[in-house]
Amino acid sequence: MTNPKPYEQGYFPPVPTSATRFWRTNLLWQVWRLLRINMKMVRVIRASHR
Amino acid sequence: MARLLILGAGVAGHTAASFAQRWLGKKHEVVVVSPNSMYNWIPSNIWVGVGRMKPEKVVVELAPIYRKAGIDFRQARCLSIHPEGGESGGQPYVTVECTDPARRGEREEIAYDYLVNATGPKLNFGATEGLGPEGNSLSVCTYGHAEAAARAFEESIQRMERGEHQEIVIGTGHGMCTCQGAAFEYLFNVEQELRRRGVRDKATLHWLSNEYEAGDFGMGGMHLKRGGYVTHSKVFTESLLAERGVNWHLRAHTTAVEPHKVHYETLDGENHELPFDFTMLIPPFAGVGLQAYDRKGAEITERLFNPGGFMWVDGDYQAKPFEQWEASDWPRTYQNPHYPNIFAAGIAFAPPHPVSKPMKSVNGTPIFPTPPRTGMPSAMIGKAVVASIRDMLNRGATEPTHTASMAEMGAACVASAGTGLFNGTAASMTVYPIVPDFKKYPEYGRDLNLTFGELGLAGHWIKYILHVMFLYKARQRFGWSMIPE
Ligand SMILES: Cc1cc2nc3c(=O)[nH]c(=O)nc-3n(C[C@H](O)[C@H](O)[C@H](O)COP(=O)(O)OP(=O)(O)OC[C@H]3O[C@@H](n4cnc5c(N)ncnc54)[C@H](O)[C@@H]3O)c2cc1C
Repeated sequence: MTNPKPYEQGYFPPVPTSATRFWRTNLLWQVWRLLRINMKMVRVIRASHR
Repeated sequence: MARLLILGAGVAGHTAASFAQRWLGKKHEVVVVSPNSMYNWIPSNIWVGVGRMKPEKVVVELAPIYRKAGIDFRQARCLSIHPEGGESGGQPYVTVECTDPARRGEREEIAYDYLVNATGPKLNFGATEGLGPEGNSLSVCTYGHAEAAARAFEESIQRMERGEHQEIVIGTGHGMCTCQGAAFEYLFNVEQELRRRGVRDKATLHWLSNEYEAGDFGMGGMHLKRGGYVTHSKVFTESLLAERGVNWHLRAHTTAVEPHKVHYETLDGENHELPFDFTMLIPPFAGVGLQAYDRKGAEITERLFNPGGFMWVDGDYQAKPFEQWEASDWPRTYQNPHYPNIFAAGIAFAPPHPVSKPMKSVNGTPIFPTPPRTGMPSAMIGKAVVASIRDMLNRGATEPTHTASMAEMGAACVASAGTGLFNGTAASMTVYPIVPDFKKYPEYGRDLNLTFGELGLAGHWIKYILHVMFLYKARQRFGWSMIPE
């Protein structure tokens, strides 16, 4: 895919850096995120079942 | 012994039936009427639609589960509700038409003491000319539709492999659709699959949506704390669209789908066209069209259902402008105001109004997302309704005892952006509450400590774990009731 040209629609939003993309699929980091996200979800589920 | 009749065996109905049998089964009778012999875990249809999961993996046969649990399952479609019984009074009943192959087309009456309407949506393809699998676009709303979409997608990929260019349009097929999230997931799964097959450069992808801004998803979007800012979901959504090289077309009402062209009108009144080789467009939802009759046989459908076919419950249905909407407008007990032994659960209940701000084009065409209708609230409502009925039957409660307002509950949602054990990604999101409450949370309508979102492989794992967990729960295997809705 080519990068968007100036003033094209896709030129304006923030896009992830290569580091951000790396961490999105880094196994160790994502195992940690799995735990954190689950904790968040449990909090929401608890709040909803009150 | 009383009879609880549940119409529908989807997310809301199956949850309701499972808990009803557990709580009431020894003393009372639980009957489920549903036209399909299968329970479909609909969120995973997305993976079926790109050919990465077999349709058999997203369904569970209902009859053996219900037989084992002691639930009376009738494979049939409900046609009408008679809440006052027949001419000579007597018990209220529904009429159904059998859909099981052995008795197809036969009609019967089923009496009830309590009724839960969990019939979900009618996929209203007829609202847009040429929309839907019988017209010129594809769908992933049922496992059958998703399987057909996967076949068409494979053909499209093969064309790309032969060097042809393909235009792909994915989004909403009408100005008043909900379920943008499902289309959004499909878009990114398609995009990832094209990359996996090495043909991404051969396709131009378009996101076509009735949202005012990307990331609205029928909830007015959501604000998240991220990187030192409070940021609207529009930013993250556009970021993902830009990152994956997708063009987006918003504020759009699809007016017609021709064999290779989508026509749409935008809020500014302009008419546009998008040529396509492959398109998946979500239909708008309506109620399934049940009729209602009083004891003399006169039609009273409007006493039970709104004009869209959704059932009136305890919401505040007074028409008021967006600025005056309140969290308290949203139903809490889902009891019908005219007939206290009738409840609605899941998509079948009539919402008081949308969550996203209603907009009209300069030509007067309404173009805005209708209220979000996701799985977690559907299941929670099903469970709450049955808990109230249990207390009415067993403890003599005169009013519903359990509530499940969408303005008082949150939702955890995982939107797949591509499958794969090591390279899949999904956006994990939580919102609390689903319907913003600007009295309680004056700034953004939601609790920003409980509203968050993040994209990554962990989200894909969660999505897959949910797939396994909810199908396990649907099968009523050991410990199923411990799995939250
Ligand atoms: C492609 C797709 C992906 C989705 N992904 C997600 C997701 O990731 N997360 C999420 O939370 N939500 C998701 N959703 C939304 C979710 O599927 C719905 O919120 C949920 O299915 C609603 O549950 P329900 O029981 O109200 O309706 P349904 O699950 O549709 O069930 C309705 C039931 O009623 C039956 N029925 C229909 N007509 C009759 C009749 N006349 N008489 C008797 N029974 C009848 C049907 O056969 C069915 O059994 C998705 C939706 C789609 C289309």
